Amino acid sequence: MSVLDQATQRPARLLARVPGVAAVLAALILAFGLASPNFISFGNIANILSQSTILLLVALPATLIILTEGLDLSVGAVVTFAGIVLASVALATGSMLAGLFAGLAVGLAFGLLNGALIASLGIPPFIATLGTLGVAQGLSLVVTDGQSIVGIPRSIELLYSTTVFNIPLPVIISALAYALVHVLLYHTRFGTYIFALGGNREALRVAGVSERRYLIAVYALGGLMAGFAALLMTARMNAAHPTAAIGMEFDAIAAVAVGGTSFERGNGWLFGTLLGVLAVGVLRNGLNLLAVPSSVQVACIGGLVIAAMLIDALRSRS
Amino acid sequence: MTEADTAPRRRFTLPPDLAQTGYRLIAAALICVALSALSDVFFTVNNLMNILRQTALLFLLASGLTLVILTAGLDLSVGANVALSACLAATVIKATGHAPLGFAAGLACGALIGVVNGILVALLRIPSFIATYGMLWILSGITYYYMAGETIHGFPPGFRQLGIGYLFGVPMPVYVMVLFLLLGTWFAQRTIWGQQIYALGANPVAAHLSGVPIKRRLVLVYTVSGAMAGLASLVILARINSAQGDIGEELTLPAIAAVLIGGTSLFGGFGTVAGTLIGALILTLVLNGMNLLQINASWQPLVTGVIVVLAVWIDTRTRKWSE
Repeated sequence: MSVLDQATQRPARLLARVPGVAAVLAALILAFGLASPNFISFGNIANILSQSTILLLVALPATLIILTEGLDLSVGAVVTFAGIVLASVALATGSMLAGLFAGLAVGLAFGLLNGALIASLGIPPFIATLGTLGVAQGLSLVVTDGQSIVGIPRSIELLYSTTVFNIPLPVIISALAYALVHVLLYHTRFGTYIFALGGNREALRVAGVSERRYLIAVYALGGLMAGFAALLMTARMNAAHPTAAIGMEFDAIAAVAVGGTSFERGNGWLFGTLLGVLAVGVLRNGLNLLAVPSSVQVACIGGLVIAAMLIDALRSRS
Repeated sequence: MTEADTAPRRRFTLPPDLAQTGYRLIAAALICVALSALSDVFFTVNNLMNILRQTALLFLLASGLTLVILTAGLDLSVGANVALSACLAATVIKATGHAPLGFAAGLACGALIGVVNGILVALLRIPSFIATYGMLWILSGITYYYMAGETIHGFPPGFRQLGIGYLFGVPMPVYVMVLFLLLGTWFAQRTIWGQQIYALGANPVAAHLSGVPIKRRLVLVYTVSGAMAGLASLVILARINSAQGDIGEELTLPAIAAVLIGGTSLFGGFGTVAGTLIGALILTLVLNGMNLLQINASWQPLVTGVIVVLAVWIDTRTRKWSE
């Protein structure tokens, strides 16, 4: 195929992918808009956006990880544990900043651990991160003895409730994060290598690139972002709880899968993940408004993932 | 290399799987010695029978999973499968008063979930860990919704014998374990279907070219894994005498750990059902020891996670060396 053919095909292929996730999102908004009168209101839309910010912070690096044909099952447990450390340190020292750094350090440490297990020891990603999930969850329970941590300095609440020009601060933070990851993925050599790690690792090796270093960096970024997610979550709840973010990895994987990123061949795009995060956020918010129990919400998202995977499987076959 | 070169060396090396089994038995024995030294309670008939019963439960769940992992797949839904199957079986027993009917319902529910997993993985080619992970959340959502926080308890004494009964001083689940150890070993080593499962795990392309019906065998292994989860749910139900929405939640990681400690390779084609029994025994010994030494139960997921990662690391190392 000539370069020209590729150039003319690329927009067409992008277009072929947009309607999938955009249609899901539009259908969800339409359905909930009709079913619940409160759904389409300024307050509720701002609410959906605020709630989606935490998930976006986790789903952005998850997209990069899945692009490398990897997976991070530990992220929910890591967010939980980072939140607990953040709250404990802030409580003990009285300094929000010290807490923030401790939370980020925990996230980064788990990211590096995941990366080292996967890239240096060659352990398959889903097993390595299943193991670190157990470690982070165990540590959360041990440290807190199953209790919530409350009484954090109230300044942390402001982080979640402040608005700038009527836009909630978390939305601005996650928009910045999106822009950063976008530049990283599409405008740096690191981003090109991420696509190559999933699409053609052999070529990367032949070109003399240290795949190990870049793979570790991808997981480390995931851990660091989990630390920021922990900050926003602790700010939202004004407390830390040992089961706070259990299962968040599943929402993140759902958002990435619905967004059209494939689990094989390094095939995917970041904007799809943004739409996927909104789809998951709209689904959860809409089901909440309709007073659907959270157990059914979880089952719905499970169905959403399998449906997205089916579409992916059928598309790659045709 | 001629035959004369290789012949003398062969005489002094054990076959790799036998050597691996030997190492694991030694490890189990060492843990036993250490625990006997550290705790007075460990080497009592009561505790040993307790360990055997726990091992049996874990083995039932892990034996089906072994077949899945032999095909280089993974079934993350076994724990959630146990929960739904147990709750369904409990409902049927309560509604009809017939234990065999509930037994059949639990088994059928487990197997049906396995069939769906198999179809998703084999026919629709969704990566197994994603398909079964989605299934995990669907099942646990259904179970929690269905149970709505209720508990079903109090089952007929005949049914409860399956979990708490003794025969010649040995707990009933141990007999079930031995039965399925023999059955599983025979199936995997002595039948064509079993050999085809090894073949497709070791090299799917070669297996396909040799005429192995890959899709049907894949559906088979996921169905067996689901059915074994259904059976395990019944034994658990009979033992604890009550069903709740969260009944099997913490079993998935230990079941995977048992298979991997038992020497089955995540990359497929290598491992045995008997190895999984040893893996289940080692993990049970460790967790039992932590209990006896009064270590906070919160450490258990952490220790299990570390053991899983260690077991897979050893597996990848030995594969690199043997290459």
